[in-house]
Amino acid sequence: MPTRLIHRFLQCLLIAFCVVVTVLATDLRAADDLRTMVNALGGGSFQENQKQVEALAKTGDPKIVPALEALSEGDLYQRKSDGMVFIVKPAGSNFKLVDALTGDAAGEEAKAALEKVKVNNGLRRVIRAALGGLTLMSPDAGVRLQAAQTILRTPSADSLEGLDAALAGETDSAVKAVLEKARAASVLVSDRPVEEKKAAIATVVQTGGRDSLSLLSGALSSADESLRPDIETGIQQIEDQLALWAAGQNIWYGLSLGSVLLLAAIGLAITFGVMGIINMAHGEMVMLGAYTTFVVQEIIRNSYPDAFAWSLAIALPLAFLVTGAVGLVMERGIIRFLYGRPLETLLATWGVSLILQQAVRSIFGPTNQEVGNPSWMSGAFELGGLTVTWNRLWIIVFSLAVFAFLLFLLKKTPMGLQMRAVTQNRRMASSMGIRTPWVDALTFALGSGIAGIAGVALSQIDNVSPNLGQGYIIDSFMVVVFGGVGNLWGTLVGAFTLGILNKFLEPYAGAVLGKILVLVLIILFIQKRPRGLFALKGRAVEA
Amino acid sequence: MSIKARATGALLAAILSTTAFHGAFAADDTIKVGILHSLSGTMAISETTLKDAMLMLIDEQNKKGGLLGKKLEAVVVDPASDWPLFAEKARELVSVNKVSAVFGCWTSVSRKSVLPVFEELNSILFYPVQYEGEESQRNVFYTGAAPNQQAIPAVDYLAENEGVERWVLAGTDYVYPRTTNKILEAYLISKGVKPEDIMINYTPFGHSDWQTIVSDIKKFGSAGKKTAVVSTINGDANVPFYKELGNQGVKAEDIPVVAFSVGEEELAGLDTTPLVGHLAAWNYFQSVDNPSNAEFIKTWKAFTKNEKRVTNDPMEAHYIGFNMWLKAVEKAGTTDTDAVLDAMIGVSVPNLSGGLSTMMPNHHITKPVLIGEIQADGQFETVWETPGLVVGDEWSDFLPDSKDLIADWRAPMSCGNFNVATGKCGGKGS
Repeated sequence: MPTRLIHRFLQCLLIAFCVVVTVLATDLRAADDLRTMVNALGGGSFQENQKQVEALAKTGDPKIVPALEALSEGDLYQRKSDGMVFIVKPAGSNFKLVDALTGDAAGEEAKAALEKVKVNNGLRRVIRAALGGLTLMSPDAGVRLQAAQTILRTPSADSLEGLDAALAGETDSAVKAVLEKARAASVLVSDRPVEEKKAAIATVVQTGGRDSLSLLSGALSSADESLRPDIETGIQQIEDQLALWAAGQNIWYGLSLGSVLLLAAIGLAITFGVMGIINMAHGEMVMLGAYTTFVVQEIIRNSYPDAFAWSLAIALPLAFLVTGAVGLVMERGIIRFLYGRPLETLLATWGVSLILQQAVRSIFGPTNQEVGNPSWMSGAFELGGLTVTWNRLWIIVFSLAVFAFLLFLLKKTPMGLQMRAVTQNRRMASSMGIRTPWVDALTFALGSGIAGIAGVALSQIDNVSPNLGQGYIIDSFMVVVFGGVGNLWGTLVGAFTLGILNKFLEPYAGAVLGKILVLVLIILFIQKRPRGLFALKGRAVEA
Repeated sequence: MSIKARATGALLAAILSTTAFHGAFAADDTIKVGILHSLSGTMAISETTLKDAMLMLIDEQNKKGGLLGKKLEAVVVDPASDWPLFAEKARELVSVNKVSAVFGCWTSVSRKSVLPVFEELNSILFYPVQYEGEESQRNVFYTGAAPNQQAIPAVDYLAENEGVERWVLAGTDYVYPRTTNKILEAYLISKGVKPEDIMINYTPFGHSDWQTIVSDIKKFGSAGKKTAVVSTINGDANVPFYKELGNQGVKAEDIPVVAFSVGEEELAGLDTTPLVGHLAAWNYFQSVDNPSNAEFIKTWKAFTKNEKRVTNDPMEAHYIGFNMWLKAVEKAGTTDTDAVLDAMIGVSVPNLSGGLSTMMPNHHITKPVLIGEIQADGQFETVWETPGLVVGDEWSDFLPDSKDLIADWRAPMSCGNFNVATGKCGGKGS
């Protein structure tokens, strides 16, 4: 009978529907749970949210990763009208909403209609640990490495299970090494048997480094009596290693400080060293170079944001031209009338330095200007036990390049020959047909231009403010006088010697006393050798 | 003397005084306000903003009709970051320009340099910057934070919320960091922190090579206990310090740095992305969300004609100080120093963090304390604040030679360093 058949059919359909609904419902309920948990983040206090994040992490569901990442970046907002939590991206004066779990676009909303889910350090730490556990199985080795490092920083007995699973499947040796260390660190804080802990201590000691020391000292306070000797010898072993690296680190810091001193002083080595002009406005040339960098970056930021990585390369020739031109004007307008009168030169150039400072202050304002570091100049890398920051490394390379360029210019080009001729014997050079006034002007412009280039580099590590130059003027004179007036090699050796000396004194004497000691040593040295490290010899000196 | 004669005498006196003070007559149409902030030299970086803020406040007040029916007139001088020049310029403001009150100074040494001038000429100074305390002077009103309104709550926050047990106290080598660190060290030890868990480090002004110190901090922080840095590093040296922290990868989650001299203005010269989460303790942040602050920021941006200009804590201190002075002058009905000094105590005005600040008898004010974390846009986000207002404590309770001292400028005590142990006025600082 058709009616009965239909009836049967409907019955089947109903059952099938019921089954589907139940299956769907469990799935939906899980998603619902996640959503209520994520929504609960809005309006919670920091402590409540920490617990909430821990609970979310316990679900082990990778779907919550984007929401947690957004929370840690401060991009998670709650809609005031219905309490829903979204990931937001700024879009003009509005925010573009993205569903926190599915990642689907969810329209736009005015800023006032949303409230930020606040985050602090404690919450960020919990999120970092949670993300570490969730991304341990990621297909991307880089993400796994980061996850392993995160667990290493916040070891806990809870993560042991995940670590064991991850270790079993890990193929990348770099990730595996960190995972093993993270596992050892987690064993140390767990209640595993003593034997296992001893093995863990051995693993940690073997890998060495500052973080191992931190792990072991942390474990020492709560360690079992039987473990103490192991940990103590481990700490001793790592400290011995580190002491060796510390010496290397000091030399590196010294080289880095030396390169900054070299950069600051190298322009002065020409204006003061070669030409004998006491140029108190030298620091302001450095400052003008830094401001040129700022202006270049400002233009790039506003008009060509893609070219930001090239901003320094563009600023270099411009800074050279700007400060070179200022130098040229200064020489032609003031200094040439004062040759042979050092005291008046000193006062006049000091006046110029004040004028330049105040001019910059009036134009750009007295506050610091933001000069960004291109990405290739940010961050650091580890070299054994050394931490090497990229900006310092590039500055060392750059200072040596500038030095080589200058040496080449002075020793191998006709212009350099004329410069040396004029400074060594002006009258003879003049009789040979060299236009000495112009050589003077160009030499001074060159020295100023080099100072401007130094300013580009120093803008990467220091404030860009009208006072920038004042901080370097004393150091520059110190380097040139110490190295020997009139000798470029003297400036190089002088700068690195002072840099390293300073950095070896600093850990023992402190920064303030260290600086005083260096000054005292230089005074004593000048008493013994008034002409500095590399004195010019021969008749030219007296002329 | 007959009434007539008396009237004639009065008239004669009036005529005499008119002729005698003819020169000063034009000035009587306005009330003069002195602004003593460096516009050149090393401190111009911080102080120029305060000069602009004062000009704005005076301008706004004049739009509202001035004070006691007269217009206010700003007298700006430039002490050029030169401490002795501060005293000379202060003297010029008070005795030559006849200003009714002076708003100014930033560094403690400049304040110490002008103190005798204000005492001698009996005028009023409003000092807007957080400082080391250990002072209360009859002619000075301190509208910035005393150590208990900034340093101690910040340390409490780190200990309670971040579980910090090891402390690096890093500062520039001058009086404010040294005194603040002395107070903090005494405070931490009283809280049970072991002396070997405290590292104190000083650097010269404008220090720019932070490599060794940052790596020392990392080393000190690897002893297995949660470590934090309390920074009293002075403005200019902060940019290279934070750049080095960012480059060496010192994250706020691992070793947070809480600073007392870093505000919105200092961060403006810096990419703050690597610094997110490092802290500062102030009594005001630009990000504080309330209508009066929104109004203040709007006026400030319009006044400076620069959308990017930020506001900061010392500006708010001038805002509070200026409004307190207006109120006190109105209460006294005159700008006469002694009357205003009496009227000032107890005056309450709204601050920009959403509350009322009151001038206390010790010439310090009540303020809320806010702890903020640096955000990627160079602003701070408040993560904690004191439940109520905190009264500025001029003589620290944690230093042995000042814990017995109090200041109360109301009659009959009228003393800035009253020793409660001996019951006599005059102790340290007299």
